[in-house]
Amino acid sequence: MGEPVGGGTDIAITLTVNGVVRRAEVPGRRLLSDCLRHDLGLTGTHVGCEHGVCGCCTVLLDGEPVRSCLMFAVTADGHAVTTVEGLAGPGGELSPVQRAFAECHGLQCGFCTPGFLCVVTALLRENPVPTEEEVLEGVSGNLCRCTGYQNILRSVRRAAEIMAEER
Amino acid sequence: MFGEPVRRREDPRLLTGRGRYVDDLGAGALEVAFVRSPHAHARIRDIDVSAAIDVDGLVAIYTWEDLPASLAEPLPLLIPHPALTHGRTARPLARDVVRHVGEPVVMVVARDRYLAEDACALIRVDYEVLRPVIGPERAAGSRRLVHDDVPGNVGAHLVQEVPSAAGTGAREAIGAAPHTLAFRLDIERSASMPLEGRGVCARWDADDGSLRVYSSTQTSTSVRMAVAAKLGLPLPKVEVIAPDVGGGFGVKVMHPWPEEVLVPWAAVRLGREVKWTEDRREHFVSSAHERAQVQFVRVGFDGEGRVLGLEVTILHDHGAYTPYGIIVPIITSTQLLGPYKIGAYRVEFSSVYTNTVQVTPYRGAGRPQGVFCMERTMDRIARHLGIDRTAVREANLIQPGEFPYDQGMTFQDGRPLIYDSGDYPRSLRMLRELIGWDSFGELKARAAAEGRRLGIGVGCYVEGTGVGPYEGGHVQVTSDGRVHVSTGLTSQGQGHETVFAQIAATELGVPLERISVVTGDTRRFGYAVGTFASRAAVMSGNAIALACRKVREKALRIAAGVLEADPRDLEIVDGEVRVVGAPGASVPLATVAVLSNPLRYAFDEEAARATQFAGASPPDAPPVAEGEEPGLEGRDYYSPIRSTFASGMHAAIVETDPLTAEIRVLRYAVVHDCGRLINPMIVEGQIHGGVAQGVGGALYERMVYDEHGQLLNASFMDFLMPYATEIPPIETAHLETPSPLNPLGIKGAGEAGVIPVSAVIASAVEDAEGIPIDRMPLSPSELFDLRRAAP
Amino acid sequence: MKPPPFDYHSPRSVGEALEILAATGRDGKVLAGGQSLIPMLNMRLAAPGHVVDINRLTELAAVTVGPDGVRTGALARHAQVERSGPVAAAQPLLRRALRLVAHPAIRNRGTVVGSLVHADPAAELPAVLTLLGGSVRLARRGAVRDVPAARFFTGPLESAAEPDELAVSALFPALPPRSGTAFHEVARRHGDYALAGVAARVRLDDDLRVAAAEVVCVNAGPVPELVDVTGDCGHRAPGTADWGAAARAVRDRIDPEADIHASAAYRRHLAGVLAERALRDAATEAAGG
Ligand SMILES: Cc1cc2nc3c(=O)[nH]c(=O)nc-3n(C[C@H](O)[C@H](O)[C@H](O)COP(=O)(O)OP(=O)(O)OC[C@H]3O[C@@H](n4cnc5c(N)ncnc54)[C@H](O)[C@@H]3O)c2cc1C
Ligand code: FES
Ligand code: FES
Repeated sequence: MGEPVGGGTDIAITLTVNGVVRRAEVPGRRLLSDCLRHDLGLTGTHVGCEHGVCGCCTVLLDGEPVRSCLMFAVTADGHAVTTVEGLAGPGGELSPVQRAFAECHGLQCGFCTPGFLCVVTALLRENPVPTEEEVLEGVSGNLCRCTGYQNILRSVRRAAEIMAEER
Repeated sequence: MFGEPVRRREDPRLLTGRGRYVDDLGAGALEVAFVRSPHAHARIRDIDVSAAIDVDGLVAIYTWEDLPASLAEPLPLLIPHPALTHGRTARPLARDVVRHVGEPVVMVVARDRYLAEDACALIRVDYEVLRPVIGPERAAGSRRLVHDDVPGNVGAHLVQEVPSAAGTGAREAIGAAPHTLAFRLDIERSASMPLEGRGVCARWDADDGSLRVYSSTQTSTSVRMAVAAKLGLPLPKVEVIAPDVGGGFGVKVMHPWPEEVLVPWAAVRLGREVKWTEDRREHFVSSAHERAQVQFVRVGFDGEGRVLGLEVTILHDHGAYTPYGIIVPIITSTQLLGPYKIGAYRVEFSSVYTNTVQVTPYRGAGRPQGVFCMERTMDRIARHLGIDRTAVREANLIQPGEFPYDQGMTFQDGRPLIYDSGDYPRSLRMLRELIGWDSFGELKARAAAEGRRLGIGVGCYVEGTGVGPYEGGHVQVTSDGRVHVSTGLTSQGQGHETVFAQIAATELGVPLERISVVTGDTRRFGYAVGTFASRAAVMSGNAIALACRKVREKALRIAAGVLEADPRDLEIVDGEVRVVGAPGASVPLATVAVLSNPLRYAFDEEAARATQFAGASPPDAPPVAEGEEPGLEGRDYYSPIRSTFASGMHAAIVETDPLTAEIRVLRYAVVHDCGRLINPMIVEGQIHGGVAQGVGGALYERMVYDEHGQLLNASFMDFLMPYATEIPPIETAHLETPSPLNPLGIKGAGEAGVIPVSAVIASAVEDAEGIPIDRMPLSPSELFDLRRAAP
Repeated sequence: MKPPPFDYHSPRSVGEALEILAATGRDGKVLAGGQSLIPMLNMRLAAPGHVVDINRLTELAAVTVGPDGVRTGALARHAQVERSGPVAAAQPLLRRALRLVAHPAIRNRGTVVGSLVHADPAAELPAVLTLLGGSVRLARRGAVRDVPAARFFTGPLESAAEPDELAVSALFPALPPRSGTAFHEVARRHGDYALAGVAARVRLDDDLRVAAAEVVCVNAGPVPELVDVTGDCGHRAPGTADWGAAARAVRDRIDPEADIHASAAYRRHLAGVLAERALRDAATEAAGG
C-alpha cells in the first residue's frame, strides 16, 4: 500500500462491520461515516456536523467510541466497526442500553441516539457501575438538541441496572 | 390510555438504526451542492463555471439564468400583514444582488456530494462588494440599504395600544403613576439548530408524470403546494413526505426553501433522483436565525408594584428577508403581557433589514423576548420598591375567576387575545414551594459564609398554543382489525405516533398495538397546516378524536344491526363491540369493518366469517345506503375559534464564581399547565428539552457577526450548544386546568420549556451579583466586565 | 463539508513514511489521529496534495516510561496515555492535562504527538511539554533530531517540524524530587478548548521551601511560554509563600488575545486566578510527595 493512490482512484478496503466482513472500494478521502452510510447502506449512523463536535456519528472502532466523521474509511481498513445496527442481540432483541433508552424516554427525534447508544454501550462494558460523575463524563461529548439530557442520564443509570439484573 | 406514560412506538426503529431520515433515502441519487455568497452584500458581476465543467462526475450546473420564470421570481411571502409594508423575499438562486453570507448563487448536481463540492470550489463568481448593514440599531434609519427600495431598512412598523379600563393611554398612565422606570434590554441571535439539518430528496417518475419529494420539513402539505405551483405540476401528481425528522424547533416550518423547489426541479429536468443534504456550515449561514431584539421599556406602577402603564418599543432584527412575515415580533408584542393584568399597554415595533441570515420562528417564536421584557420589568419594580419579587408578580396576576380574560389585543392568528383558562396564583404558590423560595435566604446566607455566591430567579409566562386555522384526522379500520390513523401535520421527535395512538385507542376502545399512525405524508392526508406553535396535540389530537368518534358511531350502528341491539347499549372494549352487560353478545371490530363494505369476496378469514352476519339486503335499496360510504373510516377536522393558552412559571438557583465569573445553574424548577396531559412522560421530555435550549440561549448560544457581515462562529466548535455537563437537573410539577375550548381539554406543550429561561436566569444572576442583568446571553467574560463596571 | 481530493499513502514502516515525505515535501500532510486535520479538510481549510497516513506504523504506538520521563510514540493516543498507570506515576501532569482535552471519543483517536505538532496555543499538551522542558523527536530521511519545547512551538499552529519531517515521539521529563504539578482551566463548556488554563510546577528545597515555581498558560500568547515566578512567591514554605504576588506576575507577563468567547482582560484575569490555584496545588503536592 506504499504506492500513492490518486485522488480519483478507489482503494479496496475490508472492514468487519457488526461482525460481518464487508468490502468496499472508496477514494482515500471517503469519510468512514459516508462509507458506512452510503457504501455499506448502514444509515443508522448519523451525521450532524462533520467536525467532531456533535457525536451523532460515533461508532465503535475495535470496541472504542470514535467519531466516524473524523476518520477516513481507508484508515479503518482491517478493523472492526460496530454501529447502532449491531447493538441488538442476534435475534434482534434490544440490548439493555437500547431497552433503557426506550423505558426512560431517552430519545425524541432519535438523530443523536445512535451516537449515545454506542458511547453508553462502551462505557458500561468498561465500567458496569459508573458513578454519577462517570456517567456524565461518559456522555459529555454528545450533543442532543431535544431531550435536555435528563432522560438520557436516567437511561444510562437504568441500563446499568438492567445489566446488573441480567448478569 | 389517555393520560398514561405509554412508551413510545417510534423508539424501536430509532433505537436500532432503522429510522429513515431524508439522507438515508435515495441511495445512488445525484447529489447537490451550492456555491453560496461569501459576502454579506454584493452585486454579482459575472459567474464563470468553465473550470468546473471537467470535474469528474459533474452532471449539471445551474445559475439564476437557467431557471424557468416561476422559479426565477422571488419566493412567496408566506404571511403578509398590513404592517409589513416592505416585505421582501429572496430568489431561489440570486439574480444580481446577494444580501447575506450564505445566499445560494449556483447549484451544482454531481454523482456525489464530494464531487459536487469539488465543482463548487472551481466556480468563479465575480462580485462587486457592497457595504453591508449589520445590527438593527445601525440599520434603522440608515442611508445604507439592504434593499434599495426599502427606505431606512424598515420592513414593518406596528403600534398596538390597549388603554386601561378607565380609557387612559399607556403614556398618560405612566406619566400619572407614583413610580416610573425606564431601561433598555438586549437579546442576541440564536437559532433552532436541530442536529439533522435540512434535506430534500426528489424522485421523478417520468412514466407516471409524478413527483415524490422527501423533505425534512415541519409542513409537508404546504411544501407540496409550493412545489406543485412552482414547477407547474398538477397537485395530485406531487406528493411530499416528511420522513423521520431529526428535530425542527421552528426552522423547518419555513417553506419553500430555495432547495425545496430547486432539487425537485432538477430531478424533473434531469429525469433522475436528486438529493441535497444540508451540511452544518450551510445550516448556519443559509437557513434561519431568531431572537435578536433591542427593547426600550417605560413602566409606571403603584406602591404595591401593580403596573399602571407599560410602554415597550422594540427594534427587531429581521435579517435580509421576511418570507415568514412578521410573526415573531407580533408574538413578542402580544405575549409580553404574560399572566398579568396591565393597566394600560402600548407596544411599538420596527422590523428592520440587515445583511444577515433571515429571521423566522425558533421554538418560542418571539415569546422568550417578550417574557424577558416583562419579567425583567417585574424584577426592576421589586428592586425599586424593595419588595419580594414574587409579591410583585402576585399583585399583578390575573385571578382564576377572571377567565376568559381578554387582553384587548389581536393575536398571531388574527383573533382576539383571550385567555381561556388557568390558575396563575396557584401556579406561583406551587413554584415557590418546589424551589424553596421562602427558605432560600438562609441557603444564600450559609453559602455566603463559605465564600460562595448564590442567587434565585423566577419567570412566568403565558403561551398561546394550538393556533388554528385547522388540522384534520383520518381513521380507518381495516378487515384485519387494524386501525390506521393519519394526520397531515408532521413530527420531529415529539412522539406524535404514540400520543395520537393513545387518543385513538381511548376513543375507539382498541388496543394500542393495533393502531398505527402516519404523520406528514401527503399521500395519506392532504390538508394540514404544520407543526409549530405547540399546536400538534391540540389541533391534530382533537381532529383525530373527532374522526374516531365518527368511526365509532358508524361501528356501533353496524354492530347494532348484527347484534340486534340499540347502539346506545353498545360499547367497544378491546377491539370488540359488545352489548353492555351481556358479555356473550359481541362482534369484533374487524368483522364490522368487513360488514361496512358490501363487497363480499371472501379474500380473508374475516371476510368469510362476515358473510354469516350479512343478512339479505333489502332488494329495493342500494347496497350502500344513501348518506353512507363503504368502509369503516372517518375523517374530521378541528378548527378552533381561538388559541388555547398554556402557562407556566419557572425558577432557578444559580451559583456565580466570585473569581472566575463562571455561572452554574444548580437547580431548575418548572410548574407547568398545558391542560389535560395525554402522555405525561412525553410532556416532561418536551419541557426538559425546552429548558435545555433556554439554558443554551441564556448562557451559551449566540450568533456573532462582525462588521463585514461574516458569521464568526458558524460551527459547533464556536456556537456553543450545551452538552449534558451544562444542563442542571430539572424538577417539574404539573397543574392541569383543562381548556374549555376543545373536546379533549388540552393545550400545547412543545415550546413551553424554553420561553422564560433567559428571564429566570437573568433574575437569578442579578440576585447573586446585585448587578442589573439587561442582556442575554451572558458569558463569564461579560459578567466579569459587568462586575468591573459596577459602582 | 467533504474533504478535497488528495493522493493517499499508507506507509508500512517509518522508513517508507520518511521516503514519501521527502518526495511530497510541502504538498504532503501527515495524518495521525485526524482529530484536528480532518475537520480542517472537511471544511476545506486545508488541501494537501498528499496525505500520509501513519496509523499503520504500530512501531510508533509505544509509550515508554523510564528514569528520564515518559516517551510517547507518534501513534500513542490521548486515551492510551491518559489511562496508563505507569505514566501517571512517572508524570502525573500528563493525565491531569489529558482529562481536560476534548471528550473521550476524541481522545480515543487524537495523538499526543499530533497535538504537539498541531501547536494550537489553546491546547493543553504544548503547555505541558513547555512546562516540563520536554522535547519532540523529529525524523527525516537519514536524520533524527530532538527539538526542545522552547524551540519547538514557533507560532500559532506552527511548529519546528518541517514538511519532510515526521515527529516520531515526544519526551515528557520526569519530575525531580519534592516537586508537584497541577493543571487548572476554565472552558466555556466541559471539554472545550480552554478560555484560559494554567499548568504549574513547584519544586521545594531540602528545607521544604519553594525553590522553583513556574507556570505555562494556555491561550495566553502565540506560543506557550514558561513564566518563572520563583522570585515573586518568595523563598518560603508553601503555606506562607505569596501566591497572590506570583499570580499578579503571571497576569503581567502574558499576552492573551480577545475572541468571541472572552475579552483579553478577562483572559488575563482568569490566568491569574488559575495560576494561584495551580501553584498552591502544585506546592501542596510537592510538600506531600
Ligand atoms: C471536538 C474537538 C474538541 C477538541 N478539544 C481539544 C481540547 O480541548 N484541547 C486540545 O488540546 N485539543 C483538542 N482537540 C484536538 C485533539 O486533541 C487533536 O487530536 C490534536 O490536536 C491533534 O492530534 P491528532 O493526532 O488528531 O493529529 P492530526 O489531526 O492527525 O494532525 C494534526 C496536525 O499535526 C500534523 N501531525 C500529526 N502528527 C504528526 C506527526 N507525527 N509528525 C508530523 N506531523 C504530524 C498533521 O499533519 C496536522 O497538521 C479537539 C478536537 C476536536 C475534534
Ligand atoms: S458528525 Fe461527527 S461529530 Fe458531528
Ligand atoms: S433526540 Fe433529537 S437530538 Fe437527541
